Amino acid sequence: MNEPLKPAQRIPINLLTGFLGSGKTTLLKRLLGEPGFAHCAVLINELGEIGLDHLLLEQLDHETVVLQNGCICCSVREDLRQALLDLYDRRERHQVPAFDRVIIESTGLADPVPVLNTVAADPVLRHHFRLGNVVTTVDAVHALDQFTQQAESRKQAAVADRLVITKADLVDAAQLETVQSALRQINGSAWLAVSRDDAGDAQVLLSEDLDQPAARINEVRRWFPLAGIAAGASNTGSAKYRAFGREPEGPHRSEISTHSLTFDEPIDWVAFGIWLSMLMHSRGADILRVKGILNVRGSELPLVIHGVQHLIHAPVHLSGWPDGERRSQLVLIGRLPPQAQIEASLRAFN
Amino acid sequence: MCGLCGMLGSEAHWTDAGSPASEGEHAQVRRRERQLRVACLNRVLRAFACTVSDWQSSAYLVSTFTGKTEIVENLAQLWPAVERLSGRRVDPLAADLLDRLRQAS
Repeated sequence: MNEPLKPAQRIPINLLTGFLGSGKTTLLKRLLGEPGFAHCAVLINELGEIGLDHLLLEQLDHETVVLQNGCICCSVREDLRQALLDLYDRRERHQVPAFDRVIIESTGLADPVPVLNTVAADPVLRHHFRLGNVVTTVDAVHALDQFTQQAESRKQAAVADRLVITKADLVDAAQLETVQSALRQINGSAWLAVSRDDAGDAQVLLSEDLDQPAARINEVRRWFPLAGIAAGASNTGSAKYRAFGREPEGPHRSEISTHSLTFDEPIDWVAFGIWLSMLMHSRGADILRVKGILNVRGSELPLVIHGVQHLIHAPVHLSGWPDGERRSQLVLIGRLPPQAQIEASLRAFN
Repeated sequence: MCGLCGMLGSEAHWTDAGSPASEGEHAQVRRRERQLRVACLNRVLRAFACTVSDWQSSAYLVSTFTGKTEIVENLAQLWPAVERLSGRRVDPLAADLLDRLRQAS
């Protein structure tokens, strides 16, 4: 029997999401034109019978499959699975070029979580593919209204590994700062870029992720962007807790938020696994992302965990401590209970 | 697949992959971790009037004090089983559970 492929050997799948009109296709076209991304297959999901996005992309020299049955998250999850398997089968039969990456561009109305679950949980897909970065485009002009009115837009931002603010040249500096603050409040651990014509590094957006050994430490650093600024801001006993960023006021405040917990004392891995699995069981529908670097008792090496909702990926060991700080940091993103409550629970288990 | 019971094996749960052990040490470390996990789980499950034991290093037996038992493969399957057996919702943030854990430590 063949040994399962290691994550780095599987074909990465990037999800490109973002609300209607936020510039997903524009960004996609630019990324596909970058060196190093010439062998991407592109899956486009669209509403309606006419594949407008496909027409925009058809001149690109990439393998493009259009999912025709509506929203990617409800009616076509099986289509998505089947489309990916068909694509892989054609690749193996040399009927299409040997693509080394798949980019799924979802509809603006799509809830991204079922898409991620389909890829991460299906045993056949998981054998050939792995989840890469989730890239979410955010329209600087309309983002604040969309966050207020559209739950999908908040979810799209919450699950992102990379947030790209588009149309930044159409707003003033104050508006841009408010959008950035809103994004930080929803998802404080994503790498945030402001896309103008030449902004955004394709490598960082798409290919630098936790499954690339050379990129691991930098990726973990990106999860805790303000760690150095806020370190030591509020010490309580042996554990320190802090929130990322500034929280927007009034109607732009989202029910989705980021909690960041920092522990100086070592974590008991067994107790932590019991605690997190229990938390995911009871609150997994509300916890959209988990990311953490753990100082495990009895281990010199940091252990990195990450997951989307109920699905926690196999932990990864880093070769060293980012920035030399040996402490545990855990980021939770979603509709969360008070941070102090989560912290007290983890301490009781630990 | 287990030849005795026909149970299909599944991929390792993420909690089984946390120790940086070498290939040679892995089985020993995994057994040790399972023992620790069972002990830790039993401290938690006391609040639900349940116990857990290891079953051939491949599954866990979850039982109530009255003897109702389920077999589960990993922690993802364990918590729904505990809820079914105990009739209580599992929540690691519940104040009564945390009080029990603090008193036990």
